[in-house]
Amino acid sequence: MSSIRIIARLDVKGSNLIKGIHLEGLRKIGNPNVFARGYYDQGIDEIIYMDIVASLYERNNLLNIVRQTTEDIFIPITVGGGIRSVEDVREALRAGADKVAVNTAAIKRPGLIQDISSKFGSQCMVLSIEAKRIGDRKWEAYCDNGREKTGVDVVEWAREGCRLGAGEILLTSVDREGTRKGFDCELVREVSTGVMIPVIASGGMGGFSDFAEVVESGHADAVAVASVFHYGEITVMDLRREAISRGIKVRNVEA
Amino acid sequence: MKRPQVTVIDYGIGNLLSVCRAFEHCGAEVLLTTSPSDVDKADRLVLPGVGAFSNGMEGLSAGGFPEPIRKYSRTGRPFLGICLGMQMMLEASEEFGVHEGLGLIPGNVVAIPPTATDGKPHKIPHIGWNDLLPPTPGTDWNETILAGVSPGTAVYFVHSFAAVPASPEHRLADCDYDGRVISAAVKCGNLYGCQFHPEKSGEAGLRIIINFITILNL
Repeated sequence: MSSIRIIARLDVKGSNLIKGIHLEGLRKIGNPNVFARGYYDQGIDEIIYMDIVASLYERNNLLNIVRQTTEDIFIPITVGGGIRSVEDVREALRAGADKVAVNTAAIKRPGLIQDISSKFGSQCMVLSIEAKRIGDRKWEAYCDNGREKTGVDVVEWAREGCRLGAGEILLTSVDREGTRKGFDCELVREVSTGVMIPVIASGGMGGFSDFAEVVESGHADAVAVASVFHYGEITVMDLRREAISRGIKVRNVEA
Repeated sequence: MKRPQVTVIDYGIGNLLSVCRAFEHCGAEVLLTTSPSDVDKADRLVLPGVGAFSNGMEGLSAGGFPEPIRKYSRTGRPFLGICLGMQMMLEASEEFGVHEGLGLIPGNVVAIPPTATDGKPHKIPHIGWNDLLPPTPGTDWNETILAGVSPGTAVYFVHSFAAVPASPEHRLADCDYDGRVISAAVKCGNLYGCQFHPEKSGEAGLRIIINFITILNL
């Protein structure tokens, strides 16, 4: 098995790190740069910044945060929320991002995935999918931060995104997001075994066993963690240690 | 003291900002250039790159870079290819048809097998942190870009193809992807290549960059 990546997901509104439940009911937590730096010092594998408002005005705030973060943090940084065009991607990369996560704009125009991956490489193009369970082993993709239905089947959309050149999938369960009730492992398994590219599971992490379950039964290639990190309930180092004790291979930071 | 000078080749492919920033953070003075005439003048040359091999070589050719790079490689001055930049140091790649590389190091670039050695499918691209391993027990990393890096140190990879140097002596470090041995770093004199991204590999990556700009003889 290859190393499972532990990723800190920082949802941002304006200049604040925030957190909600089911992507709604937002609470301010603090300065995102301070949190990012703390996670870096503890050996986080990657950071995802998600602008949950995604308006044009807010994006400048987000890019300022990214600019500041990447001055002294040298790990992969993904930026999402409001990326609508190749030009938006260029701007995000210019601010220091390595990858962009695209949801709404790709649903509206799937060709954008192709445009981004051919222009900047597929390693840069993360397809963000917000999934809501609508039946037995059936999920619908949502957009606009879990607010809008799209009628698109999640597993089919993941395959299509892969075919169009996405390099990774960030898969967020709208049902579990912010609840700490564990990941929707069935969702993660359906998507992860259905595509060649790595899948980042997001939404629902409450404890160590959730992490182990989404890796072992969900076949997640990476796990995005938000609330439990932000509120200091679990540290990156705790999670790494616990993963190792359960026989899950994670990045070796002690060598 | 004069800051070490590093010339980074900009041939219109990908995102060079993080590479430049990491080198600057490590104390280098970075010249990002689109002009082949700067290659000859470089103290240390860096060839970054992401994406498809053929696009990379086309970009280099369109910029008039391949010959100046080959000429530079014979001067003995330090050279570092990163990711696609390392792959292009080899003779040819089989990515989307056979394409000629810079030929600085004998060998080819091939697809990572889509299955682990146990036959189970694994994810392509190979994305994430993987451990740097000495290719043979006797491999000495002293006085190379890996000086002071312990075997087993993890660095960040993202790639679907991998370099296969023809000669084992050019393998500086390997990594193990589900049993598939991948060449993680190559060395031929002062010519170095990293399949991983030192600029995205945290403190270990910065160590490697500092080594490149300080310990190699000019």
